[in-house]
Amino acid sequence: MQSLPLNKRMLIFVGKYWALMFLILETILFSFLSHGFLTLRGIQIIFFFGTAIFLLGTAETFVIITGGIDLSVGFIMGFASIVSAKIIVALANSGVSPAWSISIGVVLTMLIGLIPGYINGLLVARLRVPPFIATFSMLAVTHGVSELLIQGVPAKNLPYLANAIGNGYFIYIIPGKVVSFFNKPTASFRGETLLEIIPNVVVFSFILIGIFGFILKRTKFGQHTYAIGGNVDAAIRAGINVKRHLTLIYVISSFFATSAGIIYMLKYVTGKADAGAGFLLDSIVAVVIGGASLYGGKGTVGGTILGCLILAVLETGLRIMGVSTFDKYIAVGVILIFAVLIDQFFPELIHKGD
Amino acid sequence: MILENSEISGRIDLQKKIEAVAKYWSLIFIALLMIIFSFTGKGFLSLSNFQNIVHLSTVFLLLAGAETFVIITGGIDLSIGFIMGFSSVFSAKIIQVMYSGGASEMVSIVVGSISGLILSLIPGIVNGILIAKYRVPPFIATLGMWGITNGITLKICQGFPISSLPPKLVEIGNSYLLYIMPHKAMSFFRIPPGVADENIRNLIRIFPSSLFFSITVLTILWHLLKNTKFGQHTYAIGGNMDAAIRAGINVKRHLIYIYTLSAFLSGLAGVFNVFQTGIGNFTPYNAMYELFAIAAVVIGGASLMGGKGSIIGSILGVLLLKILENGLQISGIEPFYRFIAVGIILIIAVIIDQLFPDLF
Amino acid sequence: MGYLLEVKNLTKRFGGLVAVNNVSLGVNAGEVVGLLGDNGAGKSTLIKMISGVYKPDGGKIFFQGREVNIENPMDALSMGIETIYQDLALAENLNVYSNIFLGREKLKKILGLIKVLDHDYMMQESEKVLKRLDIQIPSLKNKIRMLSGGQRQAVAISRSIYWDAKFLIMDEPTAALGIAEQKKVLDLVNLLKSQGIGIIIISHQLHDVFSVADRLVIMRRGVKVAERITKETNPDEVVGLIVGAETVEQT
Ligand SMILES: Nc1ncnc2c1ncn2[C@@H]1O[C@H](COP(=O)(O)OP(=O)(O)OP(=O)(O)O)[C@@H](O)[C@H]1O
Ligand SMILES: [Mg+2]
Repeated sequence: MQSLPLNKRMLIFVGKYWALMFLILETILFSFLSHGFLTLRGIQIIFFFGTAIFLLGTAETFVIITGGIDLSVGFIMGFASIVSAKIIVALANSGVSPAWSISIGVVLTMLIGLIPGYINGLLVARLRVPPFIATFSMLAVTHGVSELLIQGVPAKNLPYLANAIGNGYFIYIIPGKVVSFFNKPTASFRGETLLEIIPNVVVFSFILIGIFGFILKRTKFGQHTYAIGGNVDAAIRAGINVKRHLTLIYVISSFFATSAGIIYMLKYVTGKADAGAGFLLDSIVAVVIGGASLYGGKGTVGGTILGCLILAVLETGLRIMGVSTFDKYIAVGVILIFAVLIDQFFPELIHKGD
Repeated sequence: MILENSEISGRIDLQKKIEAVAKYWSLIFIALLMIIFSFTGKGFLSLSNFQNIVHLSTVFLLLAGAETFVIITGGIDLSIGFIMGFSSVFSAKIIQVMYSGGASEMVSIVVGSISGLILSLIPGIVNGILIAKYRVPPFIATLGMWGITNGITLKICQGFPISSLPPKLVEIGNSYLLYIMPHKAMSFFRIPPGVADENIRNLIRIFPSSLFFSITVLTILWHLLKNTKFGQHTYAIGGNMDAAIRAGINVKRHLIYIYTLSAFLSGLAGVFNVFQTGIGNFTPYNAMYELFAIAAVVIGGASLMGGKGSIIGSILGVLLLKILENGLQISGIEPFYRFIAVGIILIIAVIIDQLFPDLF
Repeated sequence: MGYLLEVKNLTKRFGGLVAVNNVSLGVNAGEVVGLLGDNGAGKSTLIKMISGVYKPDGGKIFFQGREVNIENPMDALSMGIETIYQDLALAENLNVYSNIFLGREKLKKILGLIKVLDHDYMMQESEKVLKRLDIQIPSLKNKIRMLSGGQRQAVAISRSIYWDAKFLIMDEPTAALGIAEQKKVLDLVNLLKSQGIGIIIISHQLHDVFSVADRLVIMRRGVKVAERITKETNPDEVVGLIVGAETVEQT
């Protein structure tokens, strides 16, 4: 490395860190163009609205590393938002306390939400249905089942507690006076400046993402995920139980989509079939910007989060500036192609030494 | 020994039968659907309903035709739905501007349609160049184009369909080759003059022009794929890209043609859509035209790995999905079940394909 | 004493094609058996049944005197049957030591309970085995994608040797190698043989096979057509057997 000429080293640097640099430039640009962007509140908004794409992006990272794709995450998310809302409303209506209704609803939904992923996994791993087709079918099925469950009317009448969790913060601070967790300081401080730090949903999301990011990076399971994406035959012959592993991968994907659905339900206090429909593209784009290849074998959760941030900053920035969301589609399309072109042009540069 | 032989030949016979069923399962499935729906759906089994089905299938037939070529090369084109919306909105905009600016109906329609078609080539060429020259995976290149065309379309129309177009558009788009007023009149291409509005229900319409249109286009595509060098090379590239390169096929150029053709057919679908609906329609965000076209092509026996697929198969795929949709609707089944049914049928298609890999 | 590895009447069909038809053979400990045959004769398919990649449609496999049921590659590996494949089967996106340890990663605990990959250990062990085989690879952190054909072969071989193989199957181990590397591989075969390992080696290079194998098994169109002691035959006869009797009679 040391012996390379300076301009070449710069190129390697750019190739490797272009996404990070892009994010920084983008953030600087928006903080000049729009008021209130680079503030505690502005940044928290980006993360708050970004939870769905962070979670779906992580789901897609696992699948894409194995060389697959999961088109169903968006509608599994919608499905989960409806199922959780329905269960919670039903429990609350039959007299169970809000806290218990929500806890039971969340746990049950997490379990139910594994089913579509398990079926995807069986189809892909055992019946060798191409992931694109298997998960598209699952998209159609979960979409249908969701609509069936709500009959066109979004789920509503959730207990207020759901809203409080979904839109609450992890830490509340009144400078120099009080620090409290999860709950706003008591009413006696009304009128003081209240700092709200880290939305709850962001905390939940990043705990999950952190755990699975660790699994991917540091454990045998993660290593095998890369091996399968790199060369399935090699993985099989090395004695990895590829069928079981792939099934698990789609279950993980479904798990994250379900979590996104539950968080959606908490945030917007409703369940909708198309709650996640718009995030499918974004999540795949984020994964690709993050350095994954659709041919499999490459990608990291960290990279994906970076990709998600690029999109989330873009979206929030454009929204604050009042630019039409139409431009967002164009920008996302261009960034996506740009990301892949960089990867195509500097492959040896980017991958040297990592 | 003899016994063993006859056992083997018996087994081969059975295998042949199973293979025949597997090969034509979509046809058999269509037949079954028709039988079931003719019992469950009132008015399913009628000339006007079938004409309706094919009329509504036109756009999907074109998109599936486009996707067939792409998928045979081992690629995928996710942008077709939005290219369709793009050309629909763009040509409608031109027609609207010219028409309201005083140009004659026919002139604005012709100019608008042609410019919509020509412009739809651009995303295709860009897709092709990215994929062939810069080796961007088709999924990514066309997904990028998906976003770009979607955004541009919405910018042109600001999120609203483009209307106040000449009435002649729908007249042409929804015309029939033959109209018969029983015992009274008969005419070609337009409703016989002097048919009073209250009698219009008795008018028999035969052979929608849209069917004529899709038959023409699909015949050309079928010929192109089946009987020409271009078609042969398309299969060769999908079967083994390296072999195709070594055999001296200009694979890059060919792929650019393929994605341009795909975009052109999507553009054609978009322009047709203007004629059919009388407005310039952007593609709603989650209409998922491209996914349904891909589903139809796969049901028709194509493999996403490339090298396999046919126009006839894709047509059957589209008809299967459309008959299913129409039949369920007529039978009064809630629309949600349609999604579920589509998902399940798609899986059946691929599993059959997995079990009998060398049939199609 | 019985064979270390013995297969009886193994058969494998792919649809209508009988790729391996009723083949039996045995290999003693410390013996090298050369498996010969033309392209498509069924050699690779035969050994893939032993290594657990394919399930036989008929026949039995005996290892160390006992009938064994090899359901999947892990079964074979855990018995000590290692295989180097013709198509190498390395994960190109992973680095050298990750490939050597693929499927049998060394783990360590952090915080006393979470098991994570022990990269340092795997790297050191890999260095040792490469040194033992006198193989030079610039950095074990390099991805396989960046290695030459010979280096990849070396990684594949180190991978199987590291795991104390009792039985080694090599499918065309010298096909992609330069002259010097070929010789190194053959020396290696002799070394392993002297350590009491049973070896099946598949190769189209008759010269190689003759220089290391004690016995030769010849296959044609899925069938075992002959078995010879290497010392009692010669390349001409073997070529005749490989290409088929009719051709032999004509010449
Ligand atoms: N997975 C498979 N599916 C179908 N047919 C197969 C499969 N693997 C091998 N065959 C067929 O079985 C036959 C034997 O193949 P095999 O690979 O065992 O030959 P080989 O003796 O190793 O040849 P080579 O010297 O070229 O490596 C060939 O006709 C081959 O086409
Ligand atoms: Mg072989």
